Amino acid sequence: MTIGTPRLLQDALLDAAADPARREHVALIVEGVPHRYHELADAARRLAAALAARGVERGARVAIYMDNTWPCVVSIYAALVAGGVVMLVNPQTKADKLAFVLADSGAAVLLSDAHLQKEYAAALAGLELPPRLIVSNGSGTDAEDFDSLVAATAPLSEPSATIPLDLAALIYTSGSTGHPKGVMQTHQSMVFAAGSLIEYLRLDAHARILCALPLAFDYGLYQLLMSVALGATLVLERSFTYPAQVFERMRETRATAFPGVPTVFAMLLAAHARSPLRFPDVTRVTNTAAALPDDVARRLREVFPNALIYKMYGLTECKRVSYLEPERIDDKPGSVGKAIPGTEVYLLDADGAPVPPGSTGVLHVRGPHVMLGYWNRPEQSAHMLKPGRLPGERVLCTQDHFRMDEQGYLYFVGRSDDIIKTRGEKVSPVEVENVLHAIAGVREAAVVGVADALLGEAVRAYVVRVPGAELGERRVRAECAAKLENFMVPKDIVFCADLPKTATGKVSRKALLENPPAGLPA
Amino acid sequence: MSNDPSTIRAAVRAYILENLMFSSNAADLPDDASLLDRGIIDSTGVLELVMFIEERFHIKVKDSDMLPQNFDTVDHLTRFVGSLASAA
Repeated sequence: MTIGTPRLLQDALLDAAADPARREHVALIVEGVPHRYHELADAARRLAAALAARGVERGARVAIYMDNTWPCVVSIYAALVAGGVVMLVNPQTKADKLAFVLADSGAAVLLSDAHLQKEYAAALAGLELPPRLIVSNGSGTDAEDFDSLVAATAPLSEPSATIPLDLAALIYTSGSTGHPKGVMQTHQSMVFAAGSLIEYLRLDAHARILCALPLAFDYGLYQLLMSVALGATLVLERSFTYPAQVFERMRETRATAFPGVPTVFAMLLAAHARSPLRFPDVTRVTNTAAALPDDVARRLREVFPNALIYKMYGLTECKRVSYLEPERIDDKPGSVGKAIPGTEVYLLDADGAPVPPGSTGVLHVRGPHVMLGYWNRPEQSAHMLKPGRLPGERVLCTQDHFRMDEQGYLYFVGRSDDIIKTRGEKVSPVEVENVLHAIAGVREAAVVGVADALLGEAVRAYVVRVPGAELGERRVRAECAAKLENFMVPKDIVFCADLPKTATGKVSRKALLENPPAGLPA
Repeated sequence: MSNDPSTIRAAVRAYILENLMFSSNAADLPDDASLLDRGIIDSTGVLELVMFIEERFHIKVKDSDMLPQNFDTVDHLTRFVGSLASAA
């Protein structure tokens, strides 16, 4: 198909499928079922033709609101082959937010699963220009059925006119404003990032990566992109809900790489403490999304005796910032390492001057992996992207505080916003507060993150009721569960008489954390 | 305390409705509905459910039994808890 270096994200797939030596290789094992490279490429090209016939042209956004399934993977590559922009939406997302991202992105097509009908139907009902709908297991719904469509459509033969500067993905991420923002990533940026990760993880075509992370999370998506770029095998699990099932699959498929987040590793170690676990085939264990405590990293070696353990740091705006070489894990405790290959990082103070070793500064990232900006958000883009060294260049100002030691190793100090990290997921307090404020009987509410052994941070809501309002914890929780992803629903709800304010009358989250108000009976 | 299937079913349903769905409408939870498909359960939800059935029915759930075939619907849970309770 193509000759030389892959330029577009889908090139690796199409090349593998066209190569007699690789086409029969297993690309994916989904819930135990193997799928070969040529099957994936064929299904993707068929669906791409169907998408093109439904208005997906170069640059069109294709929303994929699906669980980790074979149709989800086919949809990702089909969108790319058709020249579209992949926009994955976490299947835990509820109707209101789904409607928001569909409208914000102007998606031309929505691909989903029949079991998510309640949410997508409600989302589509409220849209002026709803996208075309294709649903897996959709024969019982009024939407077009995924399998029938793939079977009935001839593969797209003409490649799209996409060039590496075109958008490949729009990745929505929670922001401190309460509305998610779509991070724009181009083909060249994502091809570069996948290659950089492969390089430092020292992966090759023999890798079997077990991914139980949602593909809608960029950490999960890149497991797929790396695996396909290598011509390797991805073992895709729906979630980490049933750890015993994931462990069994890990043994049965002799998986060699296991990416996780601290909550997953904490659950794994808890299971190990009850009944010893050992996965000698795993040679790579990676952590990101939240800091991996040093003692957890140490104990993971009992479970993964032959694995290199990687601590990493990143943000969606540039995919990944840094990694610590696994050989340095003992002599650089607490560090998230150095810039990933092909990129650089530096710390600047508030005036934009370089910060000496050991002092705290704002982390800046320079490299081909930096986003193009946020979709339709010029002001927020300008806040994160600053002029770089060369004319026209832009660097990512992460707004996160770090320090760097004499040898250039990075240490996370703190965020400059109020974003909460729970189970490795970002939660915007404002987004949760907006839902709380809409509940009848709530006068005021504020949301903070409090330390939690399993979750990293737990979401806690302080709620002041309207005098006389009949409002209990259960109703607050029910309203939150109806509107928010599960991980955003407050774990603790504290009713109180008043919330601490700043001099300008705004609720002070800092004061809430330092001097929590006394709780009233629920 | 009796641990017959109807008692188990009622207790499991009540717990899921109250603590995982925050609903008082029994019709929201068909006995054969997948808790995973409906977004009712996640990794911490499973742990809460395990703690509940262990306490309520005086049984011990092994990690290796925490599988969808035992937990994914009210029907599965009723059968699973019933088999453990009768063995206890």
